[in-house]
Amino acid sequence: MMGSENQGFQEAHLFASREEMENLVLDEPLSNLNDHQNSNSYSSYRSAISSLSNTTHHPMSLPILATPADSDPLLSPPLYLNPNAPDNNSYIEPPSYADVIFSPFDENSFNGLESTSQNPESSLALSRSPSSSTYYIKITVSNPQKEQDTTNSLVPGGNTYYTYLITTRTNSPEFGSSEFSVRRRFRDVVTLSDRLAEAYRGYFIPPRPDKNVVESQVMQKQEFMEQRRIALEKYLQRLVEHPVIRLSDELKVFLQVEGRLPLPTSTDVASRMLDGAVKLPKQLFGESTAVVEPHEVLLPAKGGTDLLRLFKELRQSVANDWGGSKPPVVEEDKVFMEKKEWIHDLEQQLSNASQQAEALVKAQQDMGETMGELGLAFIKLTKFENEEAMFNSQRVRAADMKCLATAAVKASRFYRELNSQTVKHLDTLHEYLGLMLAVHGAFSDRSSALLTVQTLLSELSTLHSRAEKLEAASSKIFGGDKSRIRKIEELKDTIRVTEDAKNVAIREYERIKENNRCELERLDNERCADFLNMMKGFVVNQVGYFEKISNVWAKVAEETSGYAKYSF
Amino acid sequence: MITSQRSLTGSSQSPRSPPSQPYLSVSVMDPVKLGNGVQAYISYRVITKTNFPEYQGPEKIVIRRYSDFVWLRDRLFEKYKGFFIPPLPEKSAVEKFRFSAEFIEMRRQALDVFVNRIASHSELQQSEDLRTFLQADEETMERLRSLETGIFKKKPADLMQMFKDVQSKVSDVVLGKEKPVEESNPEYEKLKHYVFELENHLAEAQKHAYRLVKRHRELGQSLSDFGKAAKLLGACEGQAVGKAFSEIGAKSETLAAKLQKEAHQLLMNFEEPLKDYVRAVQSIKATIGERANAFRQQCELAETMKLKEINLDKLMLTRSERVREAEHEYKELKEESEEATRRFETIVRLMSEEIVRFQEQKTQDMGIAFHEFARGQARMANNIADAWRSLLPKLEACSA
Repeated sequence: MMGSENQGFQEAHLFASREEMENLVLDEPLSNLNDHQNSNSYSSYRSAISSLSNTTHHPMSLPILATPADSDPLLSPPLYLNPNAPDNNSYIEPPSYADVIFSPFDENSFNGLESTSQNPESSLALSRSPSSSTYYIKITVSNPQKEQDTTNSLVPGGNTYYTYLITTRTNSPEFGSSEFSVRRRFRDVVTLSDRLAEAYRGYFIPPRPDKNVVESQVMQKQEFMEQRRIALEKYLQRLVEHPVIRLSDELKVFLQVEGRLPLPTSTDVASRMLDGAVKLPKQLFGESTAVVEPHEVLLPAKGGTDLLRLFKELRQSVANDWGGSKPPVVEEDKVFMEKKEWIHDLEQQLSNASQQAEALVKAQQDMGETMGELGLAFIKLTKFENEEAMFNSQRVRAADMKCLATAAVKASRFYRELNSQTVKHLDTLHEYLGLMLAVHGAFSDRSSALLTVQTLLSELSTLHSRAEKLEAASSKIFGGDKSRIRKIEELKDTIRVTEDAKNVAIREYERIKENNRCELERLDNERCADFLNMMKGFVVNQVGYFEKISNVWAKVAEETSGYAKYSF
Repeated sequence: MITSQRSLTGSSQSPRSPPSQPYLSVSVMDPVKLGNGVQAYISYRVITKTNFPEYQGPEKIVIRRYSDFVWLRDRLFEKYKGFFIPPLPEKSAVEKFRFSAEFIEMRRQALDVFVNRIASHSELQQSEDLRTFLQADEETMERLRSLETGIFKKKPADLMQMFKDVQSKVSDVVLGKEKPVEESNPEYEKLKHYVFELENHLAEAQKHAYRLVKRHRELGQSLSDFGKAAKLLGACEGQAVGKAFSEIGAKSETLAAKLQKEAHQLLMNFEEPLKDYVRAVQSIKATIGERANAFRQQCELAETMKLKEINLDKLMLTRSERVREAEHEYKELKEESEEATRRFETIVRLMSEEIVRFQEQKTQDMGIAFHEFARGQARMANNIADAWRSLLPKLEACSA
């Protein structure tokens, strides 16, 4: 009564899960996918290409194929023919990207789950042009553990917190060894981030993960930890990829020195204000220097303990805004202002594109899901018709349905695989959007440095005019006024110190400007390279998967071609 | 596209066959909105080409509206018990879609299929009501439509309900037993079970098919939006990267249009046939209801006859004056009973023929639908692959 084709379906009704139903239908491609899982697999198309051509290469290293411009795999696809590809004669003439492709990279994408969250590799790791760094560094964050705060615990039982194991693997000679680990808590990361912000003014420093105070209370512990772990990993990896910051002592110390983090912690705002409040009266009454020491101008006034300086600069910025007085240190600011506006525009477009990319990804996901559900519905129908068949026409119909259902389930898989790749590619948009934050930081470094300079300049001019007045007054009195002369001398000292501070401030401002400029150039280059990569990856991905999908349906059209004569 | 010839299965009828062969072919075309406001409706042109002698001529064109089709279906359902009357598209629709181009086209197509199925059915095509429908002028049609009595307007679901109600009444009152009056035919039971189950499965498949249409539309929309965003980003970036983004944006927008087109094809050539399949099964359920009615009637009359026979014998024994009257009644009843039995047996016979035809018809209908579906998907996927592939040399140029 039942044909041999029904064997699979006899067991089908015993399985509740959709996955298992799907697996039953797809016996043939399943074996191919298993092969893929066994080979080295990666998270970006570039790494996929490199893995196929160079299986002895360390899986974690940057591709030796270097930048895409050098040896673009797209230019010679036959070299990268995936021997495991199920369809070697594609529907369309070569180059067939169906063969080049995007096997499901790990079990997770095979099952249609979003694999980005589970894949520890940052896609940026391999997409940055490696020309600036011939060494690789890879950071992994893992193994969260609960620890007790043994020192100054007011509350018995102490303060508990979590630490993460931060493992660095590198072949760079700057580090002592090729692999090492330390335990750090989130507070240490905040410290690192603050120290870097002070030390690297003007650079596009990757923004650190949020503290997420609300989330940490509201979310499930596991979920929150995982979210934080991933964020930390991404952050640290980006730091080591920055050509300047990767060389910083602060970062090295953070990654290598075991035990307590030997970096100065950022004191609470409260205690800073306290210090500053203590200083202020002295400053006002002239007991401590009311003048900004040269070395102090290396840091912005804001966030520092020198409240007087803070007030002065605040007054200056107000003067700038309202007085309309053109600060003397300007010139090529116009170019900078244009660039700044352009960055703002870029950010908006990136945000928009990033949003639409997300919507696109969702639509592709939905398509895959519904296609799969349709397939399963038809499988159930097929089974039903076969079981209840009283006529041969029913069996024929059941066979036709099975053909369609199988194809639908296959196509559904392809859509979901396509999508998990699309996510990885388009993620570049999100990454750069995040980078915009770093750019803002660098620009504000510049503004505050400029403000410091302007404040000092205006102070100098005040001091000079005061000095002039005193000299004019004392010259009228023959023989001089002892107290006035003393005052003039003091004033001249102050002027000298202030001059020095001004010079230091100007140098700092120029330094930051130069950092900005370098970083902008680097941003331009890397961004262009990364975006072009992204687009190529996205397009190749689409081509490959839609070729596969087309093949699947072409077969069905072929098998049902007998009905074609009735269509028209 | 489903055309009138699609349903001419196994028959030699086609407008192109030699004139000596009998043919009847109908097209439902040119929907036009008439009337105003709440009373607005769509009218269709119904073109009949035939060489049947009963018809007025080789070609006739009339104007019909949806309720005329409903009239035809109801008449056939009444007169041709046992046959699976072809299903009509649903009566009501959400108000705002009632006049959407898509809905109108889908309905037109379904009505065309409906009439042609009747025209190609060896028995149903002989129907006088069909002739009236295809030839009468509009005033006659309107008059006939308004003559409809309540019972003809019942939907198949209502009939089933009636049958169930009557069933319970009969078992209690007439027979005085608890047993429901149903055939004890295992094969028929199997068929009934099959029909009811089939409807469930088909409804689910159709639901997913409809969702798939929506997904195509959504993907198209998101591609369009993404394309616009990419173009804006390209304008901002400028130079090579900007150009690349602009190209991608333009391509996305092109593909969005292709997806919308495929969504429409999917709706017409895949989802609609599935809906049609569901309706057909519902029509069979109505016939099952009719058969149950006929069976009940037959049983009722048989029982009543038995009682009358007993009564007659009693009267004959007592030599009552009412014997003649009773004999007369008994004779009438016997005729009625035989008639009911004949009717029932006709339905049984017809149903078994119809089910064979139905299965074959559906295999073909589905085969065509699957073929169109697969072709459409292959074509769409191909288009998408080609479109993106054409971009690659341009992207290469940008990287250089």
